[in-house]
Amino acid sequence: MYVAVKGGERAIDNAHAWLAEERRGDISVPELSVDQIREQMTLAVNRVMAEGSLYDPELAALAIKQSRGDLIEAIFLIRAYRTTLPRFGGSHPVDTAAMDCDRRVSATFKDAPGGQVLGPTFDYTHRLLDFQLAADGQVGEVQKTEPNTGETPHIMGFLDREGLIQTEPEGAEAPDDLTRSPLELPASRALRLQALTRGDEGFLLSMAYSTQRGYARNHAFVAELRIGTVAVEMDIPELGFTIDIGEITLTECETVNQFMGSKTEPPQFTRGYGLVFGMTERKAISMALVDRALRWKELGEDNLGAPAQDEEFVLYHADNIQATGFLEHIKLPHYVDFQSELELVRKLRRNVQAAGQDESKGPSGGSFSGKMKEGVGS
Amino acid sequence: MTDYNFAYLDEQTKRMIRRAILKGLAIPGYQVPFASREMPMPYGWGTGGVQVSAAVLTPEDRFKVIDQGADDTTNAVSIRRFFEKTAGVAVTEATAEASVIQTRHRIPELPLREDQILVYQVPIPEPLRFLEPSEVETRKMHSLEEYGLMHVKLYEDISQHGTIATAYAYPVKVEGRYVMDPSPIPKFDNPKLEMAGVQLFGAGREQRIYAVPPYTQVVSLDFDDYPFAPTKADHACDLCGATDSYLDELIMDDAGGRMFMCSDTDYCGTRRVAGHVGAQAAALAEDAA
Repeated sequence: MYVAVKGGERAIDNAHAWLAEERRGDISVPELSVDQIREQMTLAVNRVMAEGSLYDPELAALAIKQSRGDLIEAIFLIRAYRTTLPRFGGSHPVDTAAMDCDRRVSATFKDAPGGQVLGPTFDYTHRLLDFQLAADGQVGEVQKTEPNTGETPHIMGFLDREGLIQTEPEGAEAPDDLTRSPLELPASRALRLQALTRGDEGFLLSMAYSTQRGYARNHAFVAELRIGTVAVEMDIPELGFTIDIGEITLTECETVNQFMGSKTEPPQFTRGYGLVFGMTERKAISMALVDRALRWKELGEDNLGAPAQDEEFVLYHADNIQATGFLEHIKLPHYVDFQSELELVRKLRRNVQAAGQDESKGPSGGSFSGKMKEGVGS
Repeated sequence: MTDYNFAYLDEQTKRMIRRAILKGLAIPGYQVPFASREMPMPYGWGTGGVQVSAAVLTPEDRFKVIDQGADDTTNAVSIRRFFEKTAGVAVTEATAEASVIQTRHRIPELPLREDQILVYQVPIPEPLRFLEPSEVETRKMHSLEEYGLMHVKLYEDISQHGTIATAYAYPVKVEGRYVMDPSPIPKFDNPKLEMAGVQLFGAGREQRIYAVPPYTQVVSLDFDDYPFAPTKADHACDLCGATDSYLDELIMDDAGGRMFMCSDTDYCGTRRVAGHVGAQAAALAEDAA
């Protein structure tokens, strides 16, 4: 009753205290350290960095700890922190051709300069629970070889040389920044890719999957998937030269898509592109497929009305922080709106009931007023 | 909290938001795109209102936050605390004493003055959104002043239900030009949209700001033969006896007993202090004792 809606402040404080206790769990079990999360929950850390749009494994691990493992909550913490950071400027575009690859596979060529490198992948593991891991997580000896110091050129370059693949225009200007200017449609491809790379992995996966199942199918082959580290370089005006400010791990996926030609373009292969922070293979492949689906207009393809082709639909719904916030806000009080709806529904029912009574007096006698019951004694 | 700038946002961001606000005031009812920031509270929980408040607050301001008309609902508490912590501004629950009021779903009952700013939290700024899901299309409709779809919708309501079936977020036309969503306030509040105070609307997730300057004409859409009528529960407040305020309905017991009380807690409290007594005020005082 009346007192129940009071006391919001105390309720909030108590809820926060309880939350902290639940986060810690059973105190007889040792506390998880941020280092442990960063080193042993790496793929979770990578996802939080990618969708949080902030490359900082330490902070991402902290966010995962604070959010009790709820990754969307962790992404939210990182995003909220990220917006408060000053911007010193933009880096040079990273050169993924110069990537030190941990993994590099091509599904279109059996071999190519740089070779196929499987890397640390789940791909050919049998998904059997390893009960040994529950007891101890010791790892066996790993055979070491000399690192590949040669160049690993992009596979797409070979197709490009033959003119078989659509040429990509050089983007000379620095693209708009999605986080600094409002998204307005139609968006440039650079902006679309920004939205996709920070978009929700699950959403992109489903969108990409829908294209594979026939909703704007675009016959994608993974021309190349590479994961590794690249240097980030930046001009420092005060110094007057470029310095290397660090190294980041990226996953890059280039798809090559069959294309029969359109009114404006000859038959050739077309491209989809995915680039994501960390080791985030599923996301990068999904991104490339969705990117390709969104390019129908520039390639002169037909709009098939598929969700993945609809730029507005994809870009407005890919962000899980926007989505979860709006979804969960319906937990907030809506007494006022509900009250006005209540008044309206009561009025509509009175109208219907009155009409029903009028009708029952008539010869047809089809009354449904008996079935109508006034909900509450107003 | 010294780790963050006054009112949390950095000055560049506040300047960007102020520009959007000024543009909004210059074109009443027009939705100005702005580069909404991620805030430390979720989208959909008032981030647009919070960014607008952050941009207009000064250290001398006195800030009030209401949700559903009440100062003590949990999210209002949370937002008020946020600005107490990040801006160190004085806060109040008294409508008359506040210089900036952030609100969700209500306009205070007490008429606002010229020196007051009312900041609305807006979930979906586009009044045409549920008639046309595409933003590209609705922006075109606004620029062409093409509002036929809205009138058809209202007409269909009347033909199906005998009345316009919109009870809150009732669309208005501002200064004879833009059709605007007044945010999900009950249509009871619509007449108050013509006021002395400055009204700013912030939609964070949707990246839009719009505004209604003081003394601007705001007309609720209707038809000559079906004129707009603000409605409320047909009762008086059971606590303060007010008959002119918007009421919340509360369920009192398992038998479905109900009571009605002002949704505007400051209005109700002020009236009770002034000696107004509602039908159930005495019984409730005993309960509390």
